[in-house]
Amino acid sequence: MEFVSIIILALFVNNVVLSQFLGICPFLGVSNKIPTAVGMGAAVIFVMVLANLVTYLLYTYLLVPMDIAFMQTISFILVIAALVQMVEIILKKVSPPLYQALGIFLPLITTNCAVMGTALVAITKNYDLVHNVFYAAMTGVGFTFAMVIMAGLREQLALVKIPKSMQGASIVLVTAGLLAMAFMGFSGMVK
Amino acid sequence: MSNWKTFINGLWKENPTVVLVLGTCPTLAVTTEAINGLGMGAATTFVLVFANIFVSLLKNFIPDKVRIAAFVVIIASFVTVVDLVMKAYTPALYSALGIFIPLIVVNCILLGRAESFAQKNGVFPSLLDGLGMGLGFTAALTIMASVRELLGNGSIFGHSFGFENNMLLFILPPGAFLVYGYMIALTNKIKSKQK
Repeated sequence: MEFVSIIILALFVNNVVLSQFLGICPFLGVSNKIPTAVGMGAAVIFVMVLANLVTYLLYTYLLVPMDIAFMQTISFILVIAALVQMVEIILKKVSPPLYQALGIFLPLITTNCAVMGTALVAITKNYDLVHNVFYAAMTGVGFTFAMVIMAGLREQLALVKIPKSMQGASIVLVTAGLLAMAFMGFSGMVK
Repeated sequence: MSNWKTFINGLWKENPTVVLVLGTCPTLAVTTEAINGLGMGAATTFVLVFANIFVSLLKNFIPDKVRIAAFVVIIASFVTVVDLVMKAYTPALYSALGIFIPLIVVNCILLGRAESFAQKNGVFPSLLDGLGMGLGFTAALTIMASVRELLGNGSIFGHSFGFENNMLLFILPPGAFLVYGYMIALTNKIKSKQK
């Protein structure tokens, strides 16, 4: 039951992009086309799960016992940056097709606040390891979900005449605002 | 570029928030009340100024290959300082800003300025660049937060104007996207008139 509530929370009620405002940069930057959005989403899910796994272990078995929890900002960002580099190198060797598909998105993920943010939020929720990683996976799915909807909207938006000063980031933000309004309908579904 | 121009650059011509559209996550997330926008801006400005100074000081000692990692460590150190100071002295603001204080570390403005300005320039211009960019970010956040607080709650900086029927939507997530979108549109409009 708890897993179901995590799914609904992460996907709809507290969607990582539309209600927690994490990962806005890729949300605005690479949501032009549906295939790119799916690729970015897949890369984020992958890194997010690994990052949460590693940061959870780091926090619980190193930072807390040594009483240096205040070092979490520095240690998390370094771990995430190193992880992304490692994933890139390993993917290149082990699975060239997957690297081809995800490769260009991976460097972008280091500065993606959704990964770091989810790691920090999951720590504050006091989940155990399984719930923590599951929460990360579902947050990643929620991110992909929002990206794909947005990409679909933007593909249609390309056909419309937009006032000159509204072009670019402006119209995308207003569209995202309307989408966020729709997602607000889910609030209160799960406590 | 003269020192004055360096300083003024971040305030309007290359304002990180409304012109470059960087650091969007904190912009959208914390601007529910004017005081939060100001606090977030101040915290980011502090990190930006000191990170720029230290990147500029250390630029000759950092090997080119690991420069990004080195910049991230410098930035993360100052973020930790801000985090601990705010936790101790402004607990209300600290809990309102939540995880967005540690997340200053992944704010693209900081890495962007270290990479594109501080590592190529002297200490004093880097300080001015950091201060200008930081103040530009603070100004944009404070204005946006004031608009949202006024429309959503009928007050600015907690000072109530006694309106009735406030549009609660503007302090909820959709309001952030809408206000930010229209702020960028307004900036584009003014910029195209200036040319």
